[in-house]
Amino acid sequence: MQDLASAFTKAFGLILSLDPAVLAIVALSLRVSLSALVLAALIGLPMGALLAVARFPGRGGVITLINALMGLPPVVVGLLIYLLLSRSGPLGSFGLLFTPGAMIIAQAVLITPILAALTRQVLEGMWEEYAEQLRSFGAGPWRAVPTLLWDGRFLLLTVLLAGFGRAAAEVGAVMVVGGNIEGFTRLMTTAIALETSKGDLPLALALGMVLMAIVLGVNALAQGVRGIAARWAG
Amino acid sequence: MVTRIARRGVLPLLLAAVTRPALAQQRSITLASTTSTEQSGLFGHILPIFTRETGIAVRVVALGSGQALDIGRRGDADVVLVHDRAAEERFVAEGFGGPRRHVMFNDFVITGPAADPARIAGLGDAVAALSRIAAARAPFISRGDRSGTHAAELRLWQLAGIDPATGRGQWYREVGQGMGPALNTAAAQGAYVLADRGTWLSFRNRQDQRILIEGDARLFNQYGVMLVNAQRHPHVKAADGQRFIDWLVSPAGQSAIAAYRINGEQLFFPNADKPEPVS
Repeated sequence: MQDLASAFTKAFGLILSLDPAVLAIVALSLRVSLSALVLAALIGLPMGALLAVARFPGRGGVITLINALMGLPPVVVGLLIYLLLSRSGPLGSFGLLFTPGAMIIAQAVLITPILAALTRQVLEGMWEEYAEQLRSFGAGPWRAVPTLLWDGRFLLLTVLLAGFGRAAAEVGAVMVVGGNIEGFTRLMTTAIALETSKGDLPLALALGMVLMAIVLGVNALAQGVRGIAARWAG
Repeated sequence: MVTRIARRGVLPLLLAAVTRPALAQQRSITLASTTSTEQSGLFGHILPIFTRETGIAVRVVALGSGQALDIGRRGDADVVLVHDRAAEERFVAEGFGGPRRHVMFNDFVITGPAADPARIAGLGDAVAALSRIAAARAPFISRGDRSGTHAAELRLWQLAGIDPATGRGQWYREVGQGMGPALNTAAAQGAYVLADRGTWLSFRNRQDQRILIEGDARLFNQYGVMLVNAQRHPHVKAADGQRFIDWLVSPAGQSAIAAYRINGEQLFFPNADKPEPVS
């Protein structure tokens, strides 16, 4: 109980004092997770939309596969990326291992299936309603993809937030490929893991609360933007 | 509007995000080292001094000694600083790096619950203590992660003539994690554990754990440093890495190590200029 109280006090202290070290970790965490989100969205959203509209043999299998990949264990993703990016691996010459770039790639790999699967789910419902109409304009599935993505943009915001949440909360993969290097690849989650292993549980919990506050802030911001945009669109 | 922003803004942003660290690079080396040196706060104390003197940043990836050496083998670090002499000598003999220089030492301690069910307090003999723990089947936490501390623990069991694997899953519990998590587990389970003194001193969640065995010569803990072989891995920053090693064993580096204290207690004892004790 005392630890919890002291964690709350520390969390407020950390936020209010604007400790530069903590701010740098927060900034890096946001940069990495948002970059990963953009990268994953560029692949995952069109892939999900295409799966929603296209009918081809093996479609069911692809959907099952992508749904299953939502449960990818982060440590496994971390290990795969590690072996690919290691100097002894096929992509070693880029020198990306133990850099923020490696962490962006790892998080993007983790959340791309989530974005694709949820996008497919959301847009399939819309497609059933629209299919007739779009077909009557002579639009095939390929033409329908951008239309669906645009019309479903408010629903897809939640999908993006789910992806962002998973990326920001992830620790196993970024620990392996980033190395938790102080001032260079240390994120909120890896800092929490480090403080836990140093036995400083109140500080670890306080950092966790700061992370929660950030994720909450991002969500609130996204909802706000959505509200304004919705009113604009009439 | 969103798509326009996406088209104009996203790709450059993305490229910048992925490549920026590679472009805007300060001179730096990657050091694979152990959790004990990082988590005890030693690096936080000595590395800024080195960076100020040379302009070379040192990026520390902290793992168990075995994993740190593996990172060196794969060429993913420029310098390796660990504490498992046998594994280090193997690393050098296999041509992955070296020569090995010894840097500093401290010692291991055996901690346990205040109740001390195996009655080892005051024995002063680490091997006899392990025998008593095994005889009492008192819970013992093993790192189980090929770290330097894990290797030291296994050597002590061997000296005691005991195969702890027979108690696996019962009183002998391998956590497969770093020193901190092992200490957390020991504190939670009222178990014994072999810890390096540096991590113990900086560890905060002790509950009723205390040092029960210390000062046995067999608890000596030597740290060594090696440059990763640049002939095997051409991208290794050999010049800057060597500069770091030279600094570590120089009077400046050695006195920086000696100056690091927690609550007035010195954690690491520089010994680069002394012949290494034979273990």
